Amino acid sequence: MTIKVLNALLAVLGGVAGAIVLYYLLNKLAELLPGKWEDRVKPYLYLLPALAAIGLYLIYPTIQTFVYSFANARSTEFVGFDNYINLLGSSGFQNTLFNTFLWILIVPAGAIILGLLIATLADRLKPKGEKFSKTLIFLPMAIGAVSAGAIWRFVYASNPPTQDQIGLLNGIVTGFGGEPVNWLQISGFRFNSLLLMVMLLWLQAGFAMVLLSAAIKGVPTETLEAARLDGAGEGAIFFRIVIPQIRTTLITVFITVLIGVLKTFDIVYVMTNGNFNTNVIAVDFFNQLFTNNNAGYAAAIVVMLLIIMIPVLVFQVRQFRAEEAAR
Amino acid sequence: MSGTQAVTPTPVQLPKETPYAGKAGRRRGVAEVGKSPLWVRIVLALICIAWVVPTFGLAITSFRGQEDATTSGWWTIFTTPANFTRLTFENYSEVFTRANMGEAFVNSLAITIPATIIPILIAAFAAYAFTFMQFPGRDLLLIVIVGLLVVPTQVALVPLLKIYGTLGMNGTFPAVWLAHVGFGMPLAVYIIRNYMATLPREVIESAKIDGASHFQTFWKLILPMSTPVLASFAIFQFLWVWNDLLNALVFVGPGNNQPLTIALVQLLGQQGQGWQLLTAGGLFTMIVPILVFLSLQRYFVRGMTAGAVKG
Repeated sequence: MTIKVLNALLAVLGGVAGAIVLYYLLNKLAELLPGKWEDRVKPYLYLLPALAAIGLYLIYPTIQTFVYSFANARSTEFVGFDNYINLLGSSGFQNTLFNTFLWILIVPAGAIILGLLIATLADRLKPKGEKFSKTLIFLPMAIGAVSAGAIWRFVYASNPPTQDQIGLLNGIVTGFGGEPVNWLQISGFRFNSLLLMVMLLWLQAGFAMVLLSAAIKGVPTETLEAARLDGAGEGAIFFRIVIPQIRTTLITVFITVLIGVLKTFDIVYVMTNGNFNTNVIAVDFFNQLFTNNNAGYAAAIVVMLLIIMIPVLVFQVRQFRAEEAAR
Repeated sequence: MSGTQAVTPTPVQLPKETPYAGKAGRRRGVAEVGKSPLWVRIVLALICIAWVVPTFGLAITSFRGQEDATTSGWWTIFTTPANFTRLTFENYSEVFTRANMGEAFVNSLAITIPATIIPILIAAFAAYAFTFMQFPGRDLLLIVIVGLLVVPTQVALVPLLKIYGTLGMNGTFPAVWLAHVGFGMPLAVYIIRNYMATLPREVIESAKIDGASHFQTFWKLILPMSTPVLASFAIFQFLWVWNDLLNALVFVGPGNNQPLTIALVQLLGQQGQGWQLLTAGGLFTMIVPILVFLSLQRYFVRGMTAGAVKG
């Protein structure tokens, strides 16, 4: 164990010192070049390590994944569109896509509504109460999905009716005289998926709340007072004055949560591992790769995930360019 | 990106210091000052309780013996005094001996700290080049980075596994460090650049007139001025890597080098008999990120608003 600690410390020191030496050398290298060339080359040398990391760990593998998605399970032979055709034709994968679609539909909107609700309510408290309640709701952000899995086990757990319940929900149900329910196995109306979504909302609502709250506080007081003088009610002020002015933040929160939703792996993996009709695309990817040892299917799944992301990507880039133009 | 824009804050909806981030109550939001009707307080209190109760239940259960934890709800300690008096620290000692959480804790630190620190300088140099240097292809490269913010990292896993396989790197710490450096880089460059773009350009211009090179300007001026955003990225990355399960499973896997997340997943896998250990393990896993989060919350919020909404 001491070796590991030393190892990690060495990595930190070595990594930082190595980076400093590297940039020093790159800079020296640029300075060796004659006048004009120094200025031309230097930016690229400063960018080189970051671009190398991005190229090696994101761009190259993405292209390679695309290639693998047209190859067989062990990536030894090309199979054309077979992976895509087989996946899209299987009812299991269709179900997975449908579930993923539900997550996309429900979680970002839910996070925004919850975030707005909490932000608006907390805004009316005294500063101390506001800070305290916000911290409580923001805290799950630090907890992470695996620990959240441990926490929510004790909410959704179910014992046979003859025993005492240890899950909170069933504790409440039986307390009112009901029969215990095996929550995570009810796939009708995708109820169990909804329960898993509640966990993600629990983790992410704080994020939405903090950003939206900052935006709401930034709405100029004059516009609010003007509206009040004109006799607008609180509801009208909220929907017609506040919401339009925090539009950019609403979009940002929506996109950030959406990206998180599409990547959602841990929650489903630790709670049901995609069983009982709760599978989502990221878990299916993992199981194809490691349980079924099918790199071709895994690659095809992730390429489809990427395709789902393209509209978001285009939007994000557009948004960025508009912001840059406004700078 | 003109010089004057950098001095006057760009028209975003964010005030410099929200009450949440510090100076409490200096500027109230939409609602009028001090007006909080009873129903507001009740609704908010209910939400807060709903938010805390699950974690509270885990915390209570982590102090209950196996028998108690699996046969009665944690809330019974409030109704059955005998259950309360049987609370014990046993799970915590057992989780170290039986589930080897101690070693997993060291592994988590060994994975997280290098993966947090190493990308910072690399990203800062790149962000400097994007902000303060002119070169062909700058806008295009920046747009590629913004686009990559959206790309799910799962896309990279299959090829990386194969490369690591040929290099014999699977299961090692460097494998996962480098992966986190690569995966975290677009966000790091993006938020650090956004922050640097708000720094007053006059300072850099005058440094140039005084004959400072880019290298000196970076080290002596820009890097110190960027500490807040560097800190907030570090917190982001720390929480992300500490809580990461997917990359840990893929590149490290279960075994001697497994971090806390994998150890915890294994406890989650044992149905029934291991549940009281699961609670202690879960709580133990949460301690470091919660401490980091609570002590550095202010930076975290600032970085989030700068990164997501742009500073």
